[in-house]
Amino acid sequence: MAFVTDLDIRKTYKLYVGGEFIRTESGRYDPVRSAKKELLANVSRGSRKDLREAIRKARAAQPGWAGKSAYLKGQILYRMAEMLEGRADSFAKLLRDARGLSPASAGREVRAAIDRLVHYAGWSDKYGALLGTVNPVASSYFDFSVPEPTGVVGIVAPERPDLLGLVSHLCPVVVSGNTAVVIVSEEHPLASLELAEVLATSDLPGGVANLISGRKEELVPHLSRHMDVNAIADAGGDAALSKAIAEDAAVNVKRVKRYAIGDYFSEKAQGLDFIETFTETKTTWHPIGV
Amino acid sequence: MSTTISDKESREKAARHVEAERPALEFGAAWDYAPAPESKDHVRLEERYGLFIGGRFVPPRSRKHFATINPATEEKLADVAEAGAADVDAAVRSAEEAHRKRWSRLSPAERGKYIYRIARLLQEKSREFAVLESLNGGKPIKESRDVDIPLAVAHFFYHAGWADKLAYAFPRHGVSSIGVCGQIIPWNFPLLMAAWKLAPALACGNTVVLKPAETTPLTALHLARICQEADLPPGVVNVLPGAGETGAHVVNHPRVRKIAFTGSTDVGKLIQRALAGTGKRLTLELGGKAANIVFEDAALDQAVEGIVNGIYFNQGHVCCAGSRLLVQESVAETIIGKLADRIATLRLGDPLDKNTDVGAINSKAQLAKIRELVACGVEEGAALHQASCRLPEKGFWFPPTFFTGVAQSHRIAREEIFGPVLAVMTFRTPEEAIEKANNTPYGLSAGVWTDKGSKIFQVTSKMRAGVVWANTFNKFDPTSPFGGYKESGFGREGGVHGLRAYVELS
Repeated sequence: MAFVTDLDIRKTYKLYVGGEFIRTESGRYDPVRSAKKELLANVSRGSRKDLREAIRKARAAQPGWAGKSAYLKGQILYRMAEMLEGRADSFAKLLRDARGLSPASAGREVRAAIDRLVHYAGWSDKYGALLGTVNPVASSYFDFSVPEPTGVVGIVAPERPDLLGLVSHLCPVVVSGNTAVVIVSEEHPLASLELAEVLATSDLPGGVANLISGRKEELVPHLSRHMDVNAIADAGGDAALSKAIAEDAAVNVKRVKRYAIGDYFSEKAQGLDFIETFTETKTTWHPIGV
Repeated sequence: MSTTISDKESREKAARHVEAERPALEFGAAWDYAPAPESKDHVRLEERYGLFIGGRFVPPRSRKHFATINPATEEKLADVAEAGAADVDAAVRSAEEAHRKRWSRLSPAERGKYIYRIARLLQEKSREFAVLESLNGGKPIKESRDVDIPLAVAHFFYHAGWADKLAYAFPRHGVSSIGVCGQIIPWNFPLLMAAWKLAPALACGNTVVLKPAETTPLTALHLARICQEADLPPGVVNVLPGAGETGAHVVNHPRVRKIAFTGSTDVGKLIQRALAGTGKRLTLELGGKAANIVFEDAALDQAVEGIVNGIYFNQGHVCCAGSRLLVQESVAETIIGKLADRIATLRLGDPLDKNTDVGAINSKAQLAKIRELVACGVEEGAALHQASCRLPEKGFWFPPTFFTGVAQSHRIAREEIFGPVLAVMTFRTPEEAIEKANNTPYGLSAGVWTDKGSKIFQVTSKMRAGVVWANTFNKFDPTSPFGGYKESGFGREGGVHGLRAYVELS
């Protein structure tokens, strides 16, 4: 009698909404296949209702997350890097299986994703000093401008590189106190959904980052038309979908930033501009006098 | 806890008692000022204005003109050319050529010197512009003289200095100009909005097609004359009066690289949609429904002045007007009493009279909109308070007005009225004030009145609005970024932040 059995335990890949791992309310699924067309897993095919629930959770989480100190936000992002580092091998395996990457390429993408997390962890208590100003007005007032989070930001993640692309767009959005609803890579959702486990174990409050898998054509219009989403980072790389996003965004004057990043490994795929895009400048006046 | 409540109750009782005892203000003849009109003889109006294209005033290819009037008298001031599609095309081509051949090649310092010239010329002619602004727009001369024109000058002066310093504003980036900017401005601050748009665009090396508002084209056309006098290269600034159709031609012209629009949220959304997928850059400065929050520990008399300035400045034709007053329950009666007294002393009438506080409503259409919403406020059950001032027979007028007993669901509490109409609501706790203040799709501005510093920082940081005035209201400066959150638009005007809208970074 064998006490150790061989049959592997396969993971159920779920959506990540409000800090919980949930199945789509629609009960639908999409099979995800490897580069060699073998079945890797069945993932939830998220629905409009899932998306709306994610937006609701993101909205509820936003003021609390924005209210955390910059120091704490930085520590949490750094913790995410630690968690990803600890699971680097399993992420590399997912990338190899899903996209047929060589071990070296898969490892490089995971390393780059970890580095990106560390990069943005360090921004949390610095971007405000670089984007804020004290304005020398001509009258007797103290007048200053500070960056504040835009609110709930929808992210249409790139298809490839699925892991590094997701991390590259999620970090600059959340580091400034926004919360995010991400539609992850449609073709390669596994590493993104696995990243939810990193988020869930990094003290990132539930609802700050919500990950939905499914079909972009079906989900994106609901994201861009939703009245409680303030902005969209559009890195989907589909011109027709981008035009539709830009049009639909006008319904509530969403800020839309379209990204066409050739090389996510480049230093140009990170930095202050990515943070600034999803901040609002608030200017406060107060009289000077006795 | 119960002591607190009874304290509060007794405070309220005392307040009511004071109110009941408060005699009606009686000024007798002390407030009858003799008329003090600013003379108009310094302003030379043309009978007919052309379009300003390529550095010259030209007749419109559309062959259309429209009458521009004085809203205080309904008298015609001049005929103004209306730009059609062919005119817009000519202006855009002229701007494109000027950008390619002259403006973008000029040394940045030289560009700055042209803008300094414009600032100085405008300063020299400030009286002409102040009178013209009041004649064409209906705003009190003391506002056009002391606010609009000096601030417009300051905007040119400030941005002139940026022209050769853009590399400092955007470190680690290559900075270049965008090209032809289409700029569409509203009628509430005609010259000031032209300055907000032109000055940063020119400083960053762009050329401009500016469309002033239909009802207030004159100061922009006189500004075009200043561009001539300053020897600004032809085509760098083009001014095309017209209505919405002209604006649509500017927005949709394929060679315009950037649109800057200030106006209503409805039109802003149309423009955002129209530009989708075109690659054109866009900034929007749209409507507002600002909360002005007065706490019980505020300096109440100063707060009342701030409330009056917040909503009756420029007849309430201000996108950032403090049109929702949120007053803490314990001082509500006091504030409302003081406010009623204060609006009784506001002088409504001839915009050119130096004593006038409240001028004419900008247009017949705007007056109709204000009347409609005020009627709706009454119908929905709010209590109307109105200054009993005499309205002139000719022209468009609306007395300073506020509503009490307003619910958040009332149209007067939700919609931008853009007139001298204030909706008064109350709150008990700071949390409630913040909740109510942010309960709007707009997010342009907000006001907070309290003498407690820590409360100011707490409440101002919770306002979802781009400009927050603490213990003041409606203050502007070219060094200070202005612009909205949420449906009040995106992008900033003024300060280092405002330059971002007019540069291409690499």
